[in-house]
Amino acid sequence: MVSVLSKIFGTEYLETAEDVVQQTFIDAIRVWKIKGLPDNPSAWLFRVAKNKAIDVLRKNKQAFQHDFNGDERLLLTSEYTLIPTMENLWREEIIQDNQLSMMFACCNPGISPENQITLILKTLCGFSTAEIAKSFLTSEDTISKRLYRTKEFFRAEKIKFEIPEEKAVKERTNAVLNSIYLLFNEGYNSTHSNEIIRRDLIDEAMLLCKLLSENKHTQLPEVFALMALMSFHSARTESRITADGDIILLGDQDRKKWDKDLIAQGNRYMNIAAFGTELSTYHLEAAIAYQHCIAVHVDDTNWKQILLYYEWLIQLAPNPVTELNRCIAVMQVYGAKEAFIILENISDKKKLESYYLYHSLCGELYHRLHATHNAIQSFEKAISLTQSEAEKNMLRKRIGELM
Amino acid sequence: MKEYLLLFRGGDNPDMQNSPNAFQAHMARWMQWMSDMQKQGRLVGGQPLSQEGKQLSGTNKVISDGPFMEGKEFVGGYLLIKATGFDEAVLLSKNCPILEFENGNVEVREIQMLHM
Repeated sequence: MVSVLSKIFGTEYLETAEDVVQQTFIDAIRVWKIKGLPDNPSAWLFRVAKNKAIDVLRKNKQAFQHDFNGDERLLLTSEYTLIPTMENLWREEIIQDNQLSMMFACCNPGISPENQITLILKTLCGFSTAEIAKSFLTSEDTISKRLYRTKEFFRAEKIKFEIPEEKAVKERTNAVLNSIYLLFNEGYNSTHSNEIIRRDLIDEAMLLCKLLSENKHTQLPEVFALMALMSFHSARTESRITADGDIILLGDQDRKKWDKDLIAQGNRYMNIAAFGTELSTYHLEAAIAYQHCIAVHVDDTNWKQILLYYEWLIQLAPNPVTELNRCIAVMQVYGAKEAFIILENISDKKKLESYYLYHSLCGELYHRLHATHNAIQSFEKAISLTQSEAEKNMLRKRIGELM
Repeated sequence: MKEYLLLFRGGDNPDMQNSPNAFQAHMARWMQWMSDMQKQGRLVGGQPLSQEGKQLSGTNKVISDGPFMEGKEFVGGYLLIKATGFDEAVLLSKNCPILEFENGNVEVREIQMLHM
């Protein structure tokens, strides 16, 4: 709803759009309390929002008018064309296009990634400022400031509300995918929240990506690859934690709990993603996740294949964290000694020193090499570096097993 | 590029008033015509006018009610458009849906630049 209204008022007037939505919901609560739920609540909401938007436009025509130059929204300024134009903007397929346009506006390269995600959650996922603040373990004030700055940016830069031209679609879509994946990761392995898994963020990320996969402008192979990747990952979410919120490591997870439907869905997306000659990091990450998903038992995991995918991944997008993950595959295929050599030779090792997983892997390697003392030291270092209680507990458990 | 004011007169038709469907179809053609001009960057703005009105006249500022004139003389709306000259302004006006009626009339007037 916010995305359609932003299309109507322009991104500069994002607040007006939000006000209309809020007013609509206030009306809904008032009316529904007395008259009961209408037959089609969402149609009711859309109709009320549409009428409110017409009122706002009629009242503030002059304020909006100078922005309408050469824009189809110009037709909203004339009574001859206001209502048909308005009706047109609320058509199902137009709404979808608008959500997409909003996504592209949110992921403008001029906006920092964390502000992008904040804005996506607020405008596209309908999160309240308080909910966003909770997801990022920060104050509502900070979130409000972030939103304010982004809106100022829209106003100052006069960001157009549109799906980019064909030439730019690819690049801009990648920026959007990046934000979606960040959102997904925040849900899959929350760094900010006490809960390690945030199902709501996972669902929103997948919903946004699905939208991209359904629109003909953005049906790129990487979109489907990310969709596949997220399907494979989310198939495993339920088995990753105990009822008490403790982490269960991949090897110890009950694989029967993995969601077969989501794995099948991932497969379908993977097949679609294979069209074209494009090989993105999402393709490779999805392929790795797929290998994990099809192994009936942890010992059946095809680590050789996974190692190969990691090699490709590093060639495609060199990154110390990927190199770190490759070490795990090396450890499985060739043993801890070889993994240690690879680990020592990671190009940008400095960056990893403050990353808890690096020390956690060191601990695991020391343990396999029977250097228990060093292993404990590494695990302790890892504990000091993670914010997450669940991760700390898991590492403490590991130490307990070694003692 | 010059600006032209289009004044619409007439175009009232009893059949239209009795049939909401016909009226809607007619308005859809207004929409089409105007959005075509918008796409060409010709449209500046414009509104339909209601039948009620007031008149002020003379140095005494005498106020009287309404245009009170025959339907075909009554200005029912206006549009401001951009065109290279009268030829083009007239060409654009030819597609105006008001000309679906025998008594429909479009007056095309060029905006005058006042040099003072």
